[in-house]
Amino acid sequence: MSETALDAGNERFGHDAAARELPAASPRRNARLRALAWRLAPWVLPAVLLALWATGCERGWIAPQILPPPERVFDTFVELARSGDLASNTLISLQRVLVGFAAGTLLGFALGAALGLSRTFEAYVLPSFNALVQIPVLGWLPFLLLLVGVGEPLKYILIAHAALVPVTLSTLQGFRQTPASLDEVARVFAYKRWQRIVYLVVPAAVPTLATGVRLAFTKAWLALVVVELVASSEGLGYLIVYGRQLFQLDLVMASVVVVGAIGYAMNRSLDALEARLRRGQPSAFRE
Amino acid sequence: MSLAVFKRSAEASKQSTKTLSCDCGDNVPAAFARAARPRKPLIARVDWRGAVLPIAAIAIWWAISEAHVVKSGLLVSPAQVLATASQQIVSGALFKALSASLAREASGFVIGTLGGLLLGSALGFSRLATRMIGPSFDTFKQISLFAWIPLISVWFGLGDAAKVVFLSLAALLPVAAHTCDGIHAVPRAYIEVARAFRYSRWQLIRAVILPAALPSIFTGLYLALIYSWLATLGAEYLLVAGSGIGNTLIDGSEQFRMDLVLFGVVVVGVTGWALNALARAVERAMFARRSEAAAR
Repeated sequence: MSETALDAGNERFGHDAAARELPAASPRRNARLRALAWRLAPWVLPAVLLALWATGCERGWIAPQILPPPERVFDTFVELARSGDLASNTLISLQRVLVGFAAGTLLGFALGAALGLSRTFEAYVLPSFNALVQIPVLGWLPFLLLLVGVGEPLKYILIAHAALVPVTLSTLQGFRQTPASLDEVARVFAYKRWQRIVYLVVPAAVPTLATGVRLAFTKAWLALVVVELVASSEGLGYLIVYGRQLFQLDLVMASVVVVGAIGYAMNRSLDALEARLRRGQPSAFRE
Repeated sequence: MSLAVFKRSAEASKQSTKTLSCDCGDNVPAAFARAARPRKPLIARVDWRGAVLPIAAIAIWWAISEAHVVKSGLLVSPAQVLATASQQIVSGALFKALSASLAREASGFVIGTLGGLLLGSALGFSRLATRMIGPSFDTFKQISLFAWIPLISVWFGLGDAAKVVFLSLAALLPVAAHTCDGIHAVPRAYIEVARAFRYSRWQLIRAVILPAALPSIFTGLYLALIYSWLATLGAEYLLVAGSGIGNTLIDGSEQFRMDLVLFGVVVVGVTGWALNALARAVERAMFARRSEAAAR
């Protein structure tokens, strides 16, 4: 974010509070201190919150039933990890999300490709698809609960549905944005339909597809948490609900942290994957 | 999630700094073209092929339920769903549930949006704030929103307070992120021009940064509206107390009343669609005015 209004604005407004706070010393020391303060700045807020949390619990400002002290959350986390409960529940959650995500993504590719390649198919199917996707995962939940019960299929279907929608839409969009100039080249070379699809349409759609898949994963993870919160007897979401029912907020918080950490790690790896896919793109498609 | 929402979410998921096309110049010819196109009658404009699939589905459903092939209490007939719908509408149950849900959504949306605008502009304008709050904010964003509900239910109870807190949170995140992005993406050249004209700080914000950041801010508001509707359902599901459309769905599911569930699902879909359409209409009105202003 170097070339932005931010820097220009800061120069203009003189928003250099870090410098203002520090005592005047020799210029070099001052600069080094400022650099140190700058590096530490992101940790100030979490540190202050943690300190408030710890002292608040210690001094008894907050009842431990409402907010357990940080060390207890940490102990619970360690205990969960040691007893294997954490590993088994995480595995179940990961398995659900991966199976659902894979199924949803594959179906989404197929549906999106069909919609993108055939205007007729689009005219028949897209309006119904658009109408159905207005209903969020949580809207389908009671319907599917009655239809398939609370078993594993319910989770797979809902997670797959959550992943399918963004993948379908991104495939449709990606298949429609083949650069016109390359299309003309293909026509000059008298490409067959499959050649046009394999060499032209699909490569041009890759960046959009990558974005769609990324988004699909985020949605699938969200759907997993929701499904496990509402209807499950295993998994990370269930750990949260279970902790809530027993009023063990330390368990709730430890599980929330794990949910956040896994989501974050997955997002980061998909980010890296997407960046790789983008780098592999021939420059003609960037335009 | 419609195509428009997908595009916005896709945009939101890209964390890269992006340049905005702020001059809206390309909107003007489009507007003219729209005005110049002769209007065909409605029947000719609608593509009726899209209706084939839903009609076929309803026909098959109706045939199966009439033929009594499947012996299951869950297979309700379309007529029964319609009867439930009219009963819900006439008795006022639908109105009561829907208005409770929408009131919650509105208050959460307003509170969350205000907070998001404040936080987003702090993050956007101040480098120190970005450095101090930014990483914590990004980490917080990663945690699936619904995972907070159990904690919120302990801290705020199961009533409306907890739901509104949750909805505000759902609306705050996209608004803050997009406000910050929008301000960061204002081209440096604009600021330089403003400086050459010796704009005051207020003029700079009002005449340069705000208009340039507006499309991104609006994307944040749009997402906030959609997310808070999803969150309304989630809140009613997980904080079961009071009335709302989510509670109607739960009741239907608990009483094994498929007709009620189907009716609720349709209401949820239509409401989401209506909110979507509303946001798009507001956006179109707003940007039409902007492109008119640009044309003058």
